[in-house]
Amino acid sequence: MISLQGITKRFSGHTVFKDIDLSLAQGEIIVIIGPSGTGKSTLLRCINFLERPDAGRLQVGDLSVDTQRASRADILALRRRTAFVFQNYGLFANKTALENISEGMIVVDKLPKAKAHVRAREILERIGLADKADAYPASLSGGQQQRVGIGRAMAANADVILFDEPTSSLDPQWVEEVLSLMKQLAVERQTMIVVTHEMQFAREVADRVVFMDEGGIVEEAPPEELFTAPKDERTRHFLRKILAPTGQAVP
Amino acid sequence: MLNLEYMWGLLPVLLRYLPLTLQMATIAMFFALILACLLAVVRVSKVPFLNGFSLLFISFFRGTPLLVQLFLFYYGLPQLISALISITGVTAAVLGLTLHFSAYMAESIRAAIVGIDRSQTEAALSIGMTQSQLMRRIILPQATRVATPTLMNYFIDMIKATSLAFTLGVTELMGATQKEAAGSFLYLEAFLLVALIYWAIVEVLSWGQRRLEIYLNKAYQR
Repeated sequence: MISLQGITKRFSGHTVFKDIDLSLAQGEIIVIIGPSGTGKSTLLRCINFLERPDAGRLQVGDLSVDTQRASRADILALRRRTAFVFQNYGLFANKTALENISEGMIVVDKLPKAKAHVRAREILERIGLADKADAYPASLSGGQQQRVGIGRAMAANADVILFDEPTSSLDPQWVEEVLSLMKQLAVERQTMIVVTHEMQFAREVADRVVFMDEGGIVEEAPPEELFTAPKDERTRHFLRKILAPTGQAVP
Repeated sequence: MLNLEYMWGLLPVLLRYLPLTLQMATIAMFFALILACLLAVVRVSKVPFLNGFSLLFISFFRGTPLLVQLFLFYYGLPQLISALISITGVTAAVLGLTLHFSAYMAESIRAAIVGIDRSQTEAALSIGMTQSQLMRRIILPQATRVATPTLMNYFIDMIKATSLAFTLGVTELMGATQKEAAGSFLYLEAFLLVALIYWAIVEVLSWGQRRLEIYLNKAYQR
């Protein structure tokens, strides 16, 4: 169970968002949508303290943290319970695909190297990159790099995986393989929060879609409801703008 | 005309002093690297107090000539600290080279660390690494690759700078040449030969540097 209560973030006096409440059960998949610059990514980054929230309480599993008083140990504990998939993959450039996946198990979880490598190979198998174990990120395609990024998040065995626009910097030809890996995780009921502009993915996979605008959550609902009968005018406006050019049904 | 026969005969004489030159350079390089890494990490992490000390240290040792520093350690400081009376020329030279070059190297290591993409730091933190794990396992290995060409340059510079030890009365390669030349009056031959020896050492090192860079770049081949 993951919950955010009253999470607030300011950047040098400017409030990005204020009093955000959001909670999800284990195995639940939430997709956050909304216009650029409304703080979706920042909210995601607050959940694992890549950005430090200015107020609010975070709960992940059995760990509950008052963000204003979070100690270094709290932050490390929080990061161990969450995994992050970056827009620009963020793979360790000096490490092979296998090492990228095993690194956290060895350094953070203190698994023996041999055991970590066995598990990393299993993950490479699941993400369809068993043959790329010894390849360095620079020699992989964007889609392959992002799959390794997801593999690294899977290895963390976290309570929740946070996806920050995982397909936004990919060439169109690689988007599908990344989305299908994410769908595979969804089928396995991996708890995840996904910030994305892929509306089709949100429709198919999300248990709940959250629409954010101007630093707040405007509304949240199951996709069939939010995409066909949004309650708020702002949601409707956004969906029309983003869905119409793609030929999808607009509310 | 050059007295080639004299040069040929002088070569083995001078080469006997090569080990001392190389020893001074490698020992100084070893300690300079350690010190430079510490100074750089202190600067990057802005460790309170130590950061100010690093700044002052780097400023002084970059801001004054190496020869002045060597004279200060060998002739100057023993007047102040009597325990240093027995300092040998070799020790003073190694000390001077270490401190002098660590100041330069700290800045190039710092630049290499700062230049590593922010995504590497975020990725490491996101999987729960501590600051020191991040430094040791992700940042420093990547910074090594970036800094290696300039660090090798400093090492080359340092080998040549060991010749200044002769001003502290150390008979290393340069000191030996000076003595031989003074005895034979064949200054051109002697100094030309020692120049060729230094050049040869540097060429060998440059070859090593190219091999090292190929090795360090293997993760970055497309």
